[in-house]
Amino acid sequence: MCLAIPGKIVELVAGQNLVGTVEVTGVRRKVQLGLLEDDMPKVGDWILIHVGFAMSKISEQDAMEQMRLLRALGETEQAMEEIRGYGLEDDVGHEGPIQ
Amino acid sequence: MAWKTMSVMRVRFNEGKVPRQMERSNMRYVDEFRDPELITKASEEIRRLADPARHYRIMEVCGGHTHAIYRFGLKDILPSNIELIHGPGCPVCVLPMGRIDDGLAIAGDRNIIFAAFGDMMRVPGAHGSPFEHKARGADVRIVYSPADALELAKKYPEREVMFFAIGFETTAPSTALTLMSAKAQGIRNFSVFCNHVTIVPAIRAILDSPDMRLDGFIGPGHVSTVIGCRPYEWIARNEGKPVVTSGFEPLDLLQSIVMLLRQLHAGEARVENQYKRVVPWEGNRAALKVMAEVFELRPYFEWRGLGFISQSALRIGDKYAMWDAEQRYAVPDTRVADPKSAQCGEVLKGVLKPAQCKLFGKECTPEHPIGALMVSSEGSCAAYYNYEYRKSLVTRIASVA
Repeated sequence: MCLAIPGKIVELVAGQNLVGTVEVTGVRRKVQLGLLEDDMPKVGDWILIHVGFAMSKISEQDAMEQMRLLRALGETEQAMEEIRGYGLEDDVGHEGPIQ
Repeated sequence: MAWKTMSVMRVRFNEGKVPRQMERSNMRYVDEFRDPELITKASEEIRRLADPARHYRIMEVCGGHTHAIYRFGLKDILPSNIELIHGPGCPVCVLPMGRIDDGLAIAGDRNIIFAAFGDMMRVPGAHGSPFEHKARGADVRIVYSPADALELAKKYPEREVMFFAIGFETTAPSTALTLMSAKAQGIRNFSVFCNHVTIVPAIRAILDSPDMRLDGFIGPGHVSTVIGCRPYEWIARNEGKPVVTSGFEPLDLLQSIVMLLRQLHAGEARVENQYKRVVPWEGNRAALKVMAEVFELRPYFEWRGLGFISQSALRIGDKYAMWDAEQRYAVPDTRVADPKSAQCGEVLKGVLKPAQCKLFGKECTPEHPIGALMVSSEGSCAAYYNYEYRKSLVTRIASVA
């Protein structure tokens, strides 16, 4: 739970304060961006996610390395389960990997 | 010399592809290391800097580091006079059993939904883990985010959702923002049972412990993204011990050890930041602001293995009293002593190695944990069991066969 999950911002959700959609290895989910209020990420930026909240902006290369680290620690499955599990969705129809 | 040959072999190994089915095993491969040449360089630098006449005791504070250190077998890369002591930075591990019992006692009311992170589910209370309570009829749910728990409350307006919050400063801001959101939206069937703790008082308690001798600290990575590096300055200034906040990759950890050894070699004690790509020196202002808005310091809080530590934990402030489970429900205030035979406290303080505990690998295993250090993958006992102990079992079996 100490380890953070990297994701790419693909959308800033309109009408919802400080919520963005991220993509993590093909799975899209909403995350809270409130902790990055002072330095809001833009679409295309990479972030580290911890318990459903973006905690810092990182470079794309660091995001790749972080994913590799999670794999090595055997925590990818747990991470993906976590991403799928964020119950921040309104549109249940969009669940599952986006091709 | 033998070590040098091994490191070269490791780098060469990197050129080959690791078969897919092997990726899942617990064995380690240089393939997973970023920049194997730099790994070799850092290891050589560590050997050069480490004074053979000294024995270095370096504590990694964070449980994520403990997991990575075991996973990548860094002990095998380090010279034998550098000892890594595993610190208190695993939130599941330091939570006293009585708090779990208190939370689960509240969930005895069948109108209450007990929501917690997956890490909590197998942690034993005196009357069983959250999962065991679920089997007995309590409504226990895994959530992956505090915001998730708030969504549950919106989904079940006739029920009451209590989020069992654990974690250091990495996690506390997310709980704080969720409470602010609950207040802003006027969601009243939601509450938080707050067990958030702060890392610095725990480090202080460890340094005050008479049986403890440490040379320096590998500072936590993600906690420091929130609090920054300044809160560690007293460790360098008053205690004369260097601190280097570190990333989680093998190269990060080795570089941090190089930075610590350089300071020790030069007789210096400073706070340095190896994890600059993620940790800002001043921390995350927005996160600190929401924590200050929602939480206040408890006068004292019990830590498993470390006892009561003053001003080491957070409670929910008056403005959010309505969402504070401890004010809303009757809390039994359970105190449970750890089983006498389990030596979690000594292991947590680094006085004993996991395998030196009488129960290790016998009564207490990751499948049947007795102490919390065996429950979480970030706990030093589970990490040691999964990566060192099992491996030694396999070796022993192989040598017999």
